[in-house]
Amino acid sequence: MSAGPTVSPAGGAARLLRSVVAYCLKTLAIAQLDLHKLRRDPTELVTRAIQPALWLLMFGQVMSRSRALATGGVPYLDFLLPGILAQSVLFIAIFNGISIIWERDLGIVHKFLASPTPRSVFVVGKALGGGLRALVQAAVVLLLGLALGVHLRLDPAALAGVALLVVLGAVVFSTFSLTIACVVKTRERFMGIGQVLTMPLFFASNAIYPIAMMPGWLRWVARLNPLTYEVDGLRSVLSVAPAGVDAAGVGLPTDLAVLSVTFVALVVMAARQYPKIVQ
Amino acid sequence: MPAIEPAVVCRALTRKFGHVAAVDRVDLEVRCGETFGLLGRNGAGKTTLIKMLTTLLPPSGGEARVAGLDVVRQAARVRRAIGYVPQALSADGDLTGFENLLIFARLYDVPARERRARIDAALGFMDLAGDADRLVKTYSGGMIRRLEIAQSTLHRPQVLFLDEPTVGLDPLARDAVWEQLRRLRSEFGTTIVLASHHLDEVETLCDRVAILYQGHVGIVGSPAELEAGLGAGTTLEDVFAHYTGAEQDVRDGVGAVSRQRRTAERLG
Repeated sequence: MSAGPTVSPAGGAARLLRSVVAYCLKTLAIAQLDLHKLRRDPTELVTRAIQPALWLLMFGQVMSRSRALATGGVPYLDFLLPGILAQSVLFIAIFNGISIIWERDLGIVHKFLASPTPRSVFVVGKALGGGLRALVQAAVVLLLGLALGVHLRLDPAALAGVALLVVLGAVVFSTFSLTIACVVKTRERFMGIGQVLTMPLFFASNAIYPIAMMPGWLRWVARLNPLTYEVDGLRSVLSVAPAGVDAAGVGLPTDLAVLSVTFVALVVMAARQYPKIVQ
Repeated sequence: MPAIEPAVVCRALTRKFGHVAAVDRVDLEVRCGETFGLLGRNGAGKTTLIKMLTTLLPPSGGEARVAGLDVVRQAARVRRAIGYVPQALSADGDLTGFENLLIFARLYDVPARERRARIDAALGFMDLAGDADRLVKTYSGGMIRRLEIAQSTLHRPQVLFLDEPTVGLDPLARDAVWEQLRRLRSEFGTTIVLASHHLDEVETLCDRVAILYQGHVGIVGSPAELEAGLGAGTTLEDVFAHYTGAEQDVRDGVGAVSRQRRTAERLG
């Protein structure tokens, strides 16, 4: 831990590095609180796994018999699974922000805000807690898929890609959720808005049908919807079909870029809104 | 070091919500090392004042300095210098006592190799050493309050703010909290600012008291000075009634009871 003289560029760089490390450690400390809670009470994760299972077992089975959806020669369940994976990420993350309202009522947010911690640490830390929940979900959905005989690419690179996309998607929607919670401030209003948002986010995306099937106006909505990029990314990572077959997709680099930029923008917004929840 | 400057200075400090001034041009000085009481009924502006001094709420007007630092322009440095125990019993019930302390040791940049020792010392000081690994939702109200004081003093703040620290506690638990606050002051010289609507609390603990009424400071002085000011045989209760127009019994206000109930529900 040797630092140069305080005026030298090396000293400045060392200080910068130290504050970046401190920032990351504090963020992880906030995320770790969620880890402790999940470890003690994993019921939430079990009940959350039921919905994606039903989508795959019921909706997926029926639709794959009907062959009504043009998925470009890909079996429907193969097409659907990344969509359901993304959906479960969305559903688990979009209500993540409600915990901030509990913590405000308990006075925990007050104490956080009175501490010398950058506001975005709380935002990103909470988002990572959502990412953690989503990772567990993803494992459940992938196992379900395997049990149903869905064709999936599951080499280490694909799994790493899934993990990255799942966490990225979860932090995007968690932060969105947190921003809403900080603005509406009460549980009742938050639940109402959460319900209203999930349906359009889900149906105006490529999760359960290709964008090509949509009317023109809805295609535009879908292209503005972060979930579309989450699904597209997961589909391209998990697909066993040779690259280029999924012509409707925009490609993994674009997916990752859109999700990352959205996340940063949302963190900036949420960090501004966060202190207002106690005012 | 800002040792000469008072621990807290307010100059015409004001906070409005819409057109209503919750705190209205308050001038106040808290000396270093003293225990200072903000006495007032519910809605008098105590919490709003404390929120401004702890940087949670930007003032609408005037200025405030805590530990010699401006609460708006130097908010980040103020936060390093203060500790804060909010009104609600605010420890996280789903975490253990130890985990509740560890997160604050981290947020306040207590060096990693000192954390264990500081947390153990704080637990010992607050008489919670045997309960460190239990979930806080199994704690009593008094234990939670002591844990919170431990949380807010891990980084050895110069000024500790407490918002109604003994609301909802039974007399034994309340006495234990009072005892810890006295020891914080005598052993660490911590300046303590506490809001209260319990007259016996400020009478027992505080060197000086400000009586707040509708956002204004009615009068400031030691409990003895305030009592003497209104003539022989006056109690602090009379002084309080004189400056706040209170006729009802403030010791057991309805507000205190309902808040106590809410706190119990939250932790249930």
